[in-house]
Amino acid sequence: MNSIFAKRRARLLAMKAMRDNYIPGDKLVSCSHCGQESERKAVAGNLSVCPKCGYHFPIGAYYRLSTILDPGSFRELNGKLPAGDPLAFPGYREKLAAAQRKTGLTEAAVTATGTIGGRKCVVGVLDSRFLMGSMSAAVGEKITLAIEYATKNKLPLILFAASGGARMQEGILSLMQMAKTSAALARFSDKGLLYISVLTDPTTGGVTASFASLGDIILAEPGALIGFAGPRVIRQTIGQELPEGFQRAEFQLEHGFVDAVVPRAQMRDTLERLLRLHGKGGPA
Amino acid sequence: MNPTLTAAERVAIARHPQRPNITDYIDTLFTDFFECKGDRLCKEDPAILGGVALYHGRPVTVIGTRKGKTLEENLACNFGMPGPEGYRKALRLMKQAEKFRRPIFTFIDTSGAYPGLEAEERGQGEAIARNLLEMSRLTVPVIAVITGEGNSGGALALAVADRVLMLENAVYAILSPEGFASILWKDAARSAEACELMQMTAPDLMRLGVIDGIIPEPDGGAHTAPQAALRKVDRTLRRQLASLSRESGSALAAARYQKFRKMGAQAPKETP
Repeated sequence: MNSIFAKRRARLLAMKAMRDNYIPGDKLVSCSHCGQESERKAVAGNLSVCPKCGYHFPIGAYYRLSTILDPGSFRELNGKLPAGDPLAFPGYREKLAAAQRKTGLTEAAVTATGTIGGRKCVVGVLDSRFLMGSMSAAVGEKITLAIEYATKNKLPLILFAASGGARMQEGILSLMQMAKTSAALARFSDKGLLYISVLTDPTTGGVTASFASLGDIILAEPGALIGFAGPRVIRQTIGQELPEGFQRAEFQLEHGFVDAVVPRAQMRDTLERLLRLHGKGGPA
Repeated sequence: MNPTLTAAERVAIARHPQRPNITDYIDTLFTDFFECKGDRLCKEDPAILGGVALYHGRPVTVIGTRKGKTLEENLACNFGMPGPEGYRKALRLMKQAEKFRRPIFTFIDTSGAYPGLEAEERGQGEAIARNLLEMSRLTVPVIAVITGEGNSGGALALAVADRVLMLENAVYAILSPEGFASILWKDAARSAEACELMQMTAPDLMRLGVIDGIIPEPDGGAHTAPQAALRKVDRTLRRQLASLSRESGSALAAARYQKFRKMGAQAPKETP
């Protein structure tokens, strides 16, 4: 019985993941980083990393989950939590509907339970294709529910951040999600549980200034832009150009804000290893 | 209370250069203030002022963003835009307050955390995030007052409080209306329009359940009669502190958690 459901779940995630990993264009894709062309299949088969320069293309939430979870272990949490329009902001509903059509998601966050190397954990992923992964009340709620689920069930938590910052159309309620998610992490941490935060391109604004920066372990994908203020705002404020590599993952590593820069191809194994290192283990 | 002002008019009052600032609040409401400086990690950030003082004879910790009334004063405190050092100093003082069982008052008037090169290098985002996490579990009473502008995570980093109060003409928002207009419409000149849409005034935020009380101002704003305005603040703070002081530390932290937990939780009925 169980294996039938597991197979069905595996197929479901694989289907959603395929959609998420679809790279537009004919046969050739040109890399937005190095400008070189590669075969679409070669990019897709390389975890959406440019085979020429190693640039990590943004990827969808379900595809991300399919690259790290054991096959058949994926179970979505609160998948039906709807998007909202708490301020009745003009034009926002249409924007949400368009983003939903484009991505097949209801909101910018997908949360799930699953196993990595047989170890159960809670995983949340922000999807930058959905209104730049911006923090809405629904995103904050989903992440908080995932944190609370992990707290209650004493499971390790892994959150993949990707966000342009606040969801403008939800105003102050977007801001409050920073407090809400951070407070939930305080309670999670008080239980002695492990939280791994993975920063992907881009992680900025309110997400950086809340849950993304609060991991026991913080990993980042190569080249990911990570910061509170965006580069354009900083450039305008200080009136000068920013140094090469400013706010990139490697810069944050150098400045002490991430533990390791981990290429996508090694992410699953790294997470498995960290979960193992934080497990109960055998006799010494 | 003056219900006729538009949001843009309130923003103008909130930004009035003669509006009472943190120094006025400390001088008027507190005695024997001793300023504590530095984050013990890197440097002193004058954009945040904090220390120990007596409030009606009781030792308390006071922390606030610092704005000046002249250009010189504002240059000295970076126009009230803190860097990570400021937030880390604030956290240090809050943890100290908890150690000595002192209630905490924060006064907030900032256009936001400073978006600068060095602020980013030293982890502006991490500093704000840490404050949010730590403030949520403090076991002493925390009362935050938005006195002028409270913008972005830079304001929230001092406002995870048991009571979040706003002066009548203060505004509290995700960012400045200029920034909002420039992000959403690529046109900062549409800020007046943004003010109305953003729901950033005290009555808006009361309705949204984001704040716990509004402190009335004299007609025309707090700067027209500062002493009267501050007396009203004092009365409110005294009452709120008295009621919070009856709670245990763990009850305070639990209630604070629930208060923020509810924000944006009411799942809207329909998917657009």
